Amino acid sequence: MTTDAPAVQAGLPEESLRQRVLDNIRGGNLGSWPVLIGLVVIVAFFSFKAENFLSPGNFSNILTQMAGTTLLAYGVVFVLLIGEIDLSISYISGIAGVVVAKLTLPDGSFELPGLIAILLAVGACVLIGAFQGSFVAFIGVPAFVVTLAGYQIWQGVIQKSIEEEGVIVIQNSLVNDTANYFFSQRAGWLIAAIVCVVYAASLLAGVVTARRHGVAVRDPFLIVAKIAVVVAVTVATVIICNRDRGVPFVLVLMIVALLVLTFVAKRTTFGRHVYAVGGNAEAARRAGINVGRIRLLVFMISGAMAGLGGVVLAARLNSVDLNAGGGTLLIDAIAAAVIGGTSLFGGRGEVRDALFGAAVIATIANGLNTLNLTQGVIYITTGCILLFAVTLDTLLRRRQRKAGR
Amino acid sequence: MTTTTSDSTPLLELHGISKSFGSVQALSEVEFEVRAGEVMALVGDNGAGKSTLIKCVAGTHAPDEGEIVMDGEVVHIHGPKDAAKLGIEVVYQDLALCDNLDVVQNMYLGREAHDVFQRLKEPVMEAKTAETMTSLSVTTIRSIRQPVATLSGGQRQSVAVARAVMWNSRLVILDEPTAALGVAQTQQVLELVERLAHQGLAVVLISHNLHDIFAVADRITVLRLGRSIAVYERHKTTQQEVVEAITAGVPTKVSGIPQDAPEPPV
Repeated sequence: MTTDAPAVQAGLPEESLRQRVLDNIRGGNLGSWPVLIGLVVIVAFFSFKAENFLSPGNFSNILTQMAGTTLLAYGVVFVLLIGEIDLSISYISGIAGVVVAKLTLPDGSFELPGLIAILLAVGACVLIGAFQGSFVAFIGVPAFVVTLAGYQIWQGVIQKSIEEEGVIVIQNSLVNDTANYFFSQRAGWLIAAIVCVVYAASLLAGVVTARRHGVAVRDPFLIVAKIAVVVAVTVATVIICNRDRGVPFVLVLMIVALLVLTFVAKRTTFGRHVYAVGGNAEAARRAGINVGRIRLLVFMISGAMAGLGGVVLAARLNSVDLNAGGGTLLIDAIAAAVIGGTSLFGGRGEVRDALFGAAVIATIANGLNTLNLTQGVIYITTGCILLFAVTLDTLLRRRQRKAGR
Repeated sequence: MTTTTSDSTPLLELHGISKSFGSVQALSEVEFEVRAGEVMALVGDNGAGKSTLIKCVAGTHAPDEGEIVMDGEVVHIHGPKDAAKLGIEVVYQDLALCDNLDVVQNMYLGREAHDVFQRLKEPVMEAKTAETMTSLSVTTIRSIRQPVATLSGGQRQSVAVARAVMWNSRLVILDEPTAALGVAQTQQVLELVERLAHQGLAVVLISHNLHDIFAVADRITVLRLGRSIAVYERHKTTQQEVVEAITAGVPTKVSGIPQDAPEPPV
């Protein structure tokens, strides 16, 4: 490829940071700002209203409460990016819980080690995702219906497979640790250091390669600011967690999954094709992208994340019962992605949206609980925020279509 | 067919291309050719088979019969990637850009530069995009990192054409490139089309607008009801003659259709 590009670059006018921000707002691309501002407002509100809300212990609680939903929502982001929907994830996650519980049960039947049981459970969910995805990708059955069928089927499978026991207690400590382990203070700092160094290194590596190819580095100030914010947030998180039980393993799991999936979405050809299929599937097809393959893989990712989330959810209760995967899990996972800013219309959104959206939902539920309000109030509040988020998404999309034409 | 004295072997020749969708015969025994460095216009009324014909060349449709010849050798095109390998690029009427992606991402759509780990090489793609844009004198786009959704119609068309040119392509097919554009933007695109031919590319221009065609085309192929009716040289014909060929055909030159045949439903 060319290395003599610098001379050419001068031909195109440079744009300033301010101009780009204006372009983004004009084009209806607000990124994560709405949800972050919302999160700050919600935290501030409950800090004043509820006395015991703003404590290190409660911070840890929120992290553990949101972990399962967040992992599912990561998968939802990918599905929404290609403009599809997956309604089966909640019961797929239930399947993962059941598989782990059965495989580790010390009754002489399997008694597999925890890690192998987890891998098998997640693997099963990937296969389920592939099974459902192939109907969408190769036959063209609407994903809404395929996964609605899956919703029923996997619920039925869960009920059928534990109808005798009713509930299975998970006794494997490694499995239970996925939701309940806290790192020691020193380990917490070590993890924080790794996160900061990896993040800074990846940004700076980008700057170096850009320089080498003579591509202008936009806004060096912004890169410094990003690193500063990430370091500050990481350090603050570890300080708060260490005043309680330490950094929870689920937080590390959420962050690692976030980094891996963000890398896949933003830095690989596959991720680029996911965005392309969501933006204009016909254009993607004409450009030679195998659209069916992308759809299939996305449903497999959805299954994998549902499986991983299901393990964590089961571990948190130390058991699975007939309600595994039920309740508000499905709604919460999809709402998390949407509230975070992922568009229901495809092509717009980021993996981190799921983390922020899940944080909003978990914080509201937790805050209203500490105010001793009932479940009904929580549902109504979450529903209103979801409605607001979808309305914003629709308005932004309309704006995006008008912009520039 | 009326033939012209050919000074070189055509880059692309289509012989006896037929294609039907169910009971609808979209193309029957179409003959077509285009040489390097010339702009060949492809005209015809709605439903004449222009789009179907280029889709056969682009690999979107497989022709039922007939052969596609490039550089004198028969080639088989089974998909967009095969066409791209042969140096054939199509700029579609509806542009086929992803609005949510930026200019660079659209330029490399489906052909991203990546390393062995499938990691994208963004700086490489950005530098090459900037180079291509500059070489085509497309300088109205403020940033090649802005989403295509924020561009004007003319700018979007420029991106689509630039994408076709960037891939060392030898044959560029433009489907109604000026249909949605204003006067000034149309002029820009037509200049771009001429520039492509001057650079030695073979250009196929599909248009309803005879004014545009007579401004840039070297030769004109007329399709009617799925058949190739005639090939005219721009300097030796008139708009009137071409219009007659498009609407009524030139009956004496159509084989297989009786002169008083009723119009089949379109």
